[in-house]
Amino acid sequence: MILNTNQSHRIVTALVKDKPGVLARISGMFRRRGFNIKSLVVGQCELPNKSRMTFVVEGNDKTVEQVTNHLYKLVEVIKVNDISDQNLVERELALIRVKTNSQTRSEIMQIVDIFRAHIVDVANDATIVEVTGNELKVNSLQKLLEPFGILEVMRTGTIATSRGLQK
Amino acid sequence: MQLTGAQIVCESLLQEGVDTIFGIPGGAILPLYQTLPEYPGLKHILVRHEQGAAHAADGYSRVTGKPGICWATSGPGATNLVTGIATAAMDSVPMVVITGQVKRSAIGSDAFQETDITGITLHITKHNYLVLDAADVATTIKEAFHLATTGRPGPVLVDIPKDVQEELTEFEYPSEVKIEGYNPTNEGSAVMVRRAAKLINEAKRPVILSGHGVILSGAYGELISLAEKAQTPVIATLLGISSFPEDHFLYAGWPGMHGMAYSSLAIDESDLLIAIGMRFDDRITGDTSKFAPNAKVIHMDIDPSEIGKNINVDVPIVGDAKHILRQLIPLIEETSRVDWINRVETLKSEHPLIGVNDTDKLIPQFVINELYKATNGDAIVVTGVGQHQMWAAQYYKFNEPRTLVSSGGSGAMGFEVPAAMGAQLGRPDKTVWSICGDGGFQMTMCELATLAENKIPVKLAIINNGVLGMVHQWQESFYNKSYVATEYSANPDFVKLAEAFGLLGVRVSEKSEVAAGIAKAMDFDGPALIDFVVEEQENVYPFIPSGMSVADMIEGSQREKIRQ
Repeated sequence: MILNTNQSHRIVTALVKDKPGVLARISGMFRRRGFNIKSLVVGQCELPNKSRMTFVVEGNDKTVEQVTNHLYKLVEVIKVNDISDQNLVERELALIRVKTNSQTRSEIMQIVDIFRAHIVDVANDATIVEVTGNELKVNSLQKLLEPFGILEVMRTGTIATSRGLQK
Repeated sequence: MQLTGAQIVCESLLQEGVDTIFGIPGGAILPLYQTLPEYPGLKHILVRHEQGAAHAADGYSRVTGKPGICWATSGPGATNLVTGIATAAMDSVPMVVITGQVKRSAIGSDAFQETDITGITLHITKHNYLVLDAADVATTIKEAFHLATTGRPGPVLVDIPKDVQEELTEFEYPSEVKIEGYNPTNEGSAVMVRRAAKLINEAKRPVILSGHGVILSGAYGELISLAEKAQTPVIATLLGISSFPEDHFLYAGWPGMHGMAYSSLAIDESDLLIAIGMRFDDRITGDTSKFAPNAKVIHMDIDPSEIGKNINVDVPIVGDAKHILRQLIPLIEETSRVDWINRVETLKSEHPLIGVNDTDKLIPQFVINELYKATNGDAIVVTGVGQHQMWAAQYYKFNEPRTLVSSGGSGAMGFEVPAAMGAQLGRPDKTVWSICGDGGFQMTMCELATLAENKIPVKLAIINNGVLGMVHQWQESFYNKSYVATEYSANPDFVKLAEAFGLLGVRVSEKSEVAAGIAKAMDFDGPALIDFVVEEQENVYPFIPSGMSVADMIEGSQREKIRQ
């Protein structure tokens, strides 16, 4: 395949039927065709019996064209959009469980404040930080919290939608 | 009216015009089998192995254009179908495959003969279904036929648990089908068609590459019109053979790894490729960076994902070949490309295939040529995979559509016997020759019993060189003649074997016996097999080694050099 020149990340969304096995078909297609996906998020949407997926795909326009065409080949995929070039809002949510003691707690809270993140659970020895934002923001916060000792990071992967009336 | 799920399957198949089903019974599909006597319009062919059922359905479809139907029980019955399903998927053959499944409450429990066949066939079907409610059976079958036969055709599998087959429900066959998000494009974009016409009208050395899509869409007449109006040579792909009459003066062979040298050279010299319903397989392109270096590319295909997949395209046109050609032809200016056509004729005369009379020994090329002569080129030829397949495609001349049946993309040895059986049932009016390799023949030869039992008069020609010939050739050329596991030290006596199965068996070992042997098989009223004991050391030429280009082609005239 003529893929993977001029590497970058592209964001593709897809409207799919909410049926058993849809996720297996889609993830299997990515594996079989050798497409690299950085993240894949699926959830219910505004339409009954349908789900919307957001993929972050590694590759260029050509890769995305192939990804789009191969997604369309799956009967349960209804609509595919490459929204990378649109004015869009990208968000990811992360829960970061970080080691905490009485000496570090206030510093962690300061960092969390700067990132407009939240502390959603405090224990004697650990704190759970919830952060939403684009991938870069989540990466940055994660990096700043690392010196305190990160116990676990749970990230949702990116979801995205375009601004305004665009479909 | 209340019917069982099994009755609904049979009613639905009749509604879809099905007349022949290939299969083998088993526990999870028994309700369906026990219902069959109520439906005499459905003829069931009891094969000996489920792989044979799938290949037979495939062969039936390739010669009739109708979807092929096969079914099997759960577990091993279903998994035995897999090679046949994958073969149909690779070659875009419409098939509807039905499998029995363990009862609903047992699914997921590793029950006896339970296999997740929808999971296994996820990527070798166009789509598949597990039906969990008898009320969904009719709609599912309707959708399966719609998906299998529209857009880019392919196999669709429907898995039905045993208790769904037994469940009673109201039956009404849907008159139409609507699948949200599934709308194959048939008409080409007018803008792209105009751009294509401009390129064609400006081209000096255009060639048409005609693929299986031309046959699948039935665009034979349109292809001839385009070729004649634009005075453009037509090169077929392996599966595109028979899409354009070989006796037409514009026919220019088929290219690639073992294609005619002149076809590959014409592509190399071309300034415009007009690709119709083909997918630039690696067996055609070799090294894509050196493929058709001077040519712009117009690519017409019904599957958008094929466009730009293997090579870069200047004018993409998504749609059905017949529709697009009908849009395109009025925009083409009548021209005469005398210089280019003469050039292609020169290439043909300077780069012929090996002569069939080059030697007094019995060589496969001679056998195929004699088969062509004996049948006046009027037979349906079904092949296996390997050397004999290439020789059949090279030396038989196909003038009528759907007369070559061969496993192209998948390259499934063992295809030849069951696919010929299906082809003969699809076209009882035609002589069907199965050209077999001695290797592939032994993979599915159990279907000789099915041929004999049902008096299906397929004629089989085993090109018996006692080796797995194509692999043997690669070992000779690239592995320093290290013939690992490609030589049979004890093949069965194929004549006795044919007789044991109830076929006529004939052995031919000399050139002088060939014509009489063929005549004997053709005169016999029933299935017959000829064991052609041919030269072992014959190789297929031309030969462009895998991943290389036309510059690296080894032609037949150089074969002695290669031997040394």
